[in-house]
Amino acid sequence: MKVILLFVILTPLIGFLINGIFGRWTKPIAGVIAATALGISFILGLFPIFSVLHGHIVEYTYFTWMPFKEVVIPFGLRVDYVSAVMLFVVTFVSWMIHIYSNGYMAGDKGYARYFAYLNMFVTAMLILVLGNNYLLMFVGWEGVGLASYLLIGFWYEKSTASDAGEKAFVVNRIGDAGFIIGILYLVYYFGSVTYSNVFPRAEHVLGYGSTAATIIGIALFVGAVGKSAQFPLYIWLTDAMEGPTPVSSLIHAATMVTAGVYMVARSNAIYSLSPIAQEIVATIGAFTAFYAATMALTHKDIKRILAYSTLSQLGYMFIGVGIGAYWTGLFHLMTHAFFKGLLFLAAGAVMHSMRGLLSIDLMGGLKKYMPQTAAVMVIASLAISGIPPFAGFFSKDAILASALEMGHPIIWIVGEITAFMTAFYMFRMVFNVFYGEEKVEGLYHDLHTHEAPAVMTIPMWVLAILSIIGGWVGIKVGGHIPFEWFVIHSAPTTEVAHEAHYSEALLMGISVTMGVGGILAAWLIYIKKIITAEKIANMFKPIYKLLANTYYVDEFVYCCIVKPFWWVSTNFLWKFVDVVLIDKGMVDGAGWIAGRVGKGLRLLQTGFVNNYAYWISLGIILLSSWYLFVKII
Amino acid sequence: MLTEYLVVSALLIAIGATGVMIRRNFMIVLMSLEIMINGAGLFLITMSYYLGNVSGQVMFIFVAAVAASETAVGLAIAVMMYKRKKSVDVNDFSILRK
Repeated sequence: MKVILLFVILTPLIGFLINGIFGRWTKPIAGVIAATALGISFILGLFPIFSVLHGHIVEYTYFTWMPFKEVVIPFGLRVDYVSAVMLFVVTFVSWMIHIYSNGYMAGDKGYARYFAYLNMFVTAMLILVLGNNYLLMFVGWEGVGLASYLLIGFWYEKSTASDAGEKAFVVNRIGDAGFIIGILYLVYYFGSVTYSNVFPRAEHVLGYGSTAATIIGIALFVGAVGKSAQFPLYIWLTDAMEGPTPVSSLIHAATMVTAGVYMVARSNAIYSLSPIAQEIVATIGAFTAFYAATMALTHKDIKRILAYSTLSQLGYMFIGVGIGAYWTGLFHLMTHAFFKGLLFLAAGAVMHSMRGLLSIDLMGGLKKYMPQTAAVMVIASLAISGIPPFAGFFSKDAILASALEMGHPIIWIVGEITAFMTAFYMFRMVFNVFYGEEKVEGLYHDLHTHEAPAVMTIPMWVLAILSIIGGWVGIKVGGHIPFEWFVIHSAPTTEVAHEAHYSEALLMGISVTMGVGGILAAWLIYIKKIITAEKIANMFKPIYKLLANTYYVDEFVYCCIVKPFWWVSTNFLWKFVDVVLIDKGMVDGAGWIAGRVGKGLRLLQTGFVNNYAYWISLGIILLSSWYLFVKII
Repeated sequence: MLTEYLVVSALLIAIGATGVMIRRNFMIVLMSLEIMINGAGLFLITMSYYLGNVSGQVMFIFVAAVAASETAVGLAIAVMMYKRKKSVDVNDFSILRK
């Protein structure tokens, strides 16, 4: 088992090395190599998962990584009830998307490079998920950040793509700083970063409601805000859509951006000690869920709609882990990985056959040309809208019901309104793209629009099936919810003093009503056209403008953060610190001093032996005086 | 007794050093060097006697041998100098400066 677990990580790493080093020669089969590596990794990963299912947590230490005097950091891997879920989701969804990429990226000149990056991403993500200490998690955390940067800027000839990659990297750094501070606090309080060492002692060392627990919780959450794109560090995620669509699917929807949720669920022992930190996590999650959903309402670019939807769904997950019902957050993480991964893949299939066109204004009636893509898109949209029996219904309902039961009625209301908006914007997209009339006459004929090849549709169908049945582990069996029962072994739900009880049927009824209502509203507007979208936009013109411009946040960041930063960099750091202090002061100064000293000392070389003898004698006298009068005393 | 020996030794070194520093005739400079070496030798023997340890005296034998060879080399240099410039004034030999 020890070797198997190691090879779960090593297989994608080997794939990365083969395609990364020998890419020139492996180009025709790069995709096959990468997908095979992921397949092996997934199958090997099933062994530790089954072990956990039988109640045995798998943890091995391979070697001592950093032996400091006080803090010893091992390189160890751990599969427990939380990471088993992640291990399954990451390897399986990655595998599907690797297969899909074989079709999507066919003919690209960076074919081998693409798969090398993709394998590198999976390696880093698995280190993040399986590492048995925070520092190893941080290594994976940075590794996925690097892979994300490389893949967003994959088509680096496009300046928008390379700028977007840079933006993602810089914004993530802000979050990472918080994460490092959190780790350092852990080292300070516990003298260790290993989970099995920190969590059992957390309550004893930090104490319930202590400032230390709050600081650690918030610092780690800052890292999660950056990586999982929550308000206010979400700005990189929508620009990240410049990357290839399978990348958006894998990294910016299904796996990497959920790392923050995983981290909070992982650190449940710390968050459960600090109600303040939990409140912050849940509030930011709820706010982002609502805020991102409003922006998704007006966008016309398929991928951007999905990106805002991802932000919104990540907000739901943070509500789940923030209120202390960690299993609900992980549950939504899992179902979201299935249906959002699928949504992006379907969007990619549309893009593929539309030669890169993305605007929903140009499409319509695509169902006739791409029946399979339309079918999976509808399945995934039903899942995200929370319609039973699709996966999203169970996980979203679990989060919202827990929020209400654990005493957060406002978050529940916000969540339900967001659920309505989610259903509306998803079906706005579906109706506009796949149903109705062709908006541009003859466009499909000119573009030779056709159904995606089997290598792309098969992974989509696999994910579609999971988007339907993936939520069924959340159905109550004999008084227990299987998924909850599984996860709480490693992430016990925070206990609250006054647990409110509501009728489950009523809550589900409200959730379903919201979802159906959203779909119905979209149907009335975009299919029945009882009122056109333009009319509504004109009715609420200021709000529409605000939403269409994404609250002017990018403009605000540009003029209030980026510009002053440039100004300081140019006028202070460059023109003063670098040019004056370093170039003129230190570099030129060192040369100037050496020159001056040399000029003075040159006078000593007279060429007269007597002078030399004089200086030698003087030296001897000075040295012996030093010994006689200073050293001896 | 010891003090006098040491004073004479110090005087010899001082006289020799002064000679090296101020005289320009190479032969005199060589002789001054010899005087300094003998001053140091006297110091060695005095201390050897005073401390009852023969190593100082043994060391002087070596110093004397080195001094003899040094004089031989020095005189050879003097001969070469005279051959080149028909002079043994050390100030005539400052070509390293240029």
